[in-house]
Amino acid sequence: MAAPSRDFTAPTVQLLTPEGDLRPTPEAEGYLPLVEALPDAALEQFYRDMVVSRRVDVTGANLQRQGQLALWVPSHGQEAAQVGSARAARPQDHIFPSYREHVVGMIRGLDPVAILKLLRGATLGGWKPEENGNFHLYTLVLASQTLHATGYAMGLQFDGATATGDPEADAAVLVYYGDGSTSQGDANEALVFASSYATPQVFFVQNNQWAISVPVSRQSRSPLALRGGGFGMPGIRIDGNDVLASYAVTRQALEEARAGEGPSFIEAVTYRMGAHTTADDPTKYRTDDEVAYWTARDPITRFRTWLEGRGASAEFFDRVDEEAADVAADIRTRALELTAPPRSDIFAHVYSEPHPLIEAQAAWLEEYENSFEGDQA
Amino acid sequence: MTVETIADASPEAGELRGVHTLSMAKAINAGLAEAMRNDPKVLLMGEDIGALGGVFRVTEGLLAEFGDRRVLDSPLAESGIVGTAIGMAMRGYRPVLEIQFDGFIFPAFDQITTQLARMNLRHDGGMPMPVVIRVPYGGHIGSIEHHQESPEAYFAHTPGLRVVSPSSPHDAYWMIQEAIASNDPVLFFEPKSRYWPKGPVDHDHAGLPLHASRVVRRGDDVTVVGHGAMVATLLQAADIAAGEGRSLEVVDLRSLSPIDFGPIVDSVQRTGRLVVAQEAYGFVSVGSEIAATVAERAFYSLEAPVLRVSSFDTPFPPAALETEYLPSADRVLEAVDRSLAY
Repeated sequence: MAAPSRDFTAPTVQLLTPEGDLRPTPEAEGYLPLVEALPDAALEQFYRDMVVSRRVDVTGANLQRQGQLALWVPSHGQEAAQVGSARAARPQDHIFPSYREHVVGMIRGLDPVAILKLLRGATLGGWKPEENGNFHLYTLVLASQTLHATGYAMGLQFDGATATGDPEADAAVLVYYGDGSTSQGDANEALVFASSYATPQVFFVQNNQWAISVPVSRQSRSPLALRGGGFGMPGIRIDGNDVLASYAVTRQALEEARAGEGPSFIEAVTYRMGAHTTADDPTKYRTDDEVAYWTARDPITRFRTWLEGRGASAEFFDRVDEEAADVAADIRTRALELTAPPRSDIFAHVYSEPHPLIEAQAAWLEEYENSFEGDQA
Repeated sequence: MTVETIADASPEAGELRGVHTLSMAKAINAGLAEAMRNDPKVLLMGEDIGALGGVFRVTEGLLAEFGDRRVLDSPLAESGIVGTAIGMAMRGYRPVLEIQFDGFIFPAFDQITTQLARMNLRHDGGMPMPVVIRVPYGGHIGSIEHHQESPEAYFAHTPGLRVVSPSSPHDAYWMIQEAIASNDPVLFFEPKSRYWPKGPVDHDHAGLPLHASRVVRRGDDVTVVGHGAMVATLLQAADIAAGEGRSLEVVDLRSLSPIDFGPIVDSVQRTGRLVVAQEAYGFVSVGSEIAATVAERAFYSLEAPVLRVSSFDTPFPPAALETEYLPSADRVLEAVDRSLAY
């Protein structure tokens, strides 16, 4: 169903062109000092993160095809959006992911095998946020986590854990979701609450163009970034395949949040190069031309070109490839060693405090299963 | 329990001692205030709960005593209220939420059932969710659509939630505090037709634990079970029955998840007959669960099938028809007669 087109535009913050030139758009110029302040080691880390992420993606997809995972959720193409924003957060910040931000978790210290455990069907969670850089659990009901993040940010305010003026202590919340999730009621309610209470929070939307098979045009007739202003907060559109833009814009928005200036909304325009999950078949709904367009805008290729221009050595790139291969091999080995949890996990922690129905059912199952043990002998 | 003092306890009173006569609305108010004084992590959030004190005035005066950091007038969005409360609970707070009316809880149903109820499980026990959701519920107030419903079964059906409903001011005062002290999420259903009748509240003695059911009237011929506002109807039915020479034993469920079946089964083992009454729809209801469980546990004691008295399996009708729709003492007695006829 075609509708008459209307003219909505949002300028895009881009520092690094698809060709790998540092040539900020007018909207990006203000962010240049943040990028210029980055030491080479930080830039190299961005590259390493992105390459490792892509390699982990391949490993995850292969494990799924080999029947070792129920599902794999790829990030191929979205590495710059994820790495730049994650590297912009401070250790005291809290991160609420959707379910595609594997490299964000790794940057916060999460062992990616924990993610494989979830996708293998061995746990409903997989890690403790407080032991993994405040990287909270994946949330599979779209946009639910936006409200949890906002409530958490309100809690930071109640605790006086933000906006004290101490950048080493003040905390903020970074929440990830996608273009499809922006249509959910919860995503919109979260923006209302965040704006109303001026929470220390950054909403980071990865617009990867597709919600499984439905294009972003079905979610919004205007750039998603414009939604920020409608809710009373800055809405900034960035080239999500530019790791420098992702880093700088998120960094500034988080600093404003920590300083008590309220929330921001970032739309990172990127592309899901692979399928939505391994259960998807993107050849049914998108064209080769579109994929070719985005392949030419690959986030890793352009960043590598730029680093090479700055004098990064061939040995550096080779070393990163080796590291990524090692990480992937290690994950694969350990994923195959994952075992099913004990059946008591069905009942454990459904309630924090004793519950007679659950206790009775746990005891019954134990007795029932044990009744077969003699049969096998 | 004797009434030593007759006074309206003001929420500012603090240090409440002795027995006071309070309405349920005032008793919950006093219980909330007590919980907030005892634990700085307790906070209230909901629509119109601040300056107005809630549409039923249950939170009246609490904004003045505790300030707007602990009594939050939220945006008008139920899913937002529950979803942000989950984040606050992750941060160590104990949010007590007010859903303005029973029929308005459904925008929050997803956050309650897919998130709140499972968050601790998902975290392998590392993320308790001490969130209380207060829901004024039930009919008898002559109001418009979505304002008189009894949605408790949806939540009793959901693992991870606890569901309770007081029937008296005394229980309301204590049960709200016990619900707030629970580390699991609690749906706290407040029978709004019982908000205003007054009763004694013993501020020194809680009585039963949160999830215990209780025999509120002894009898020998038929056991009748209900919760919330239905308990008053059952007691009325028992009075009428007594005049006709029939003795009803009345059990107040108090908790709908878990259900404390002990007193019910004990009672049925003596009377041999059970009638379960509820304002909710009867199909796939709390009453159905009680009927099934009593049939399993007290089969040889039963002299008659367990009978259910419910509202009809239709949406709550226009209020002009509510007296025909809601179970009355007469409808309970009709079922009692049928039970005794076996």
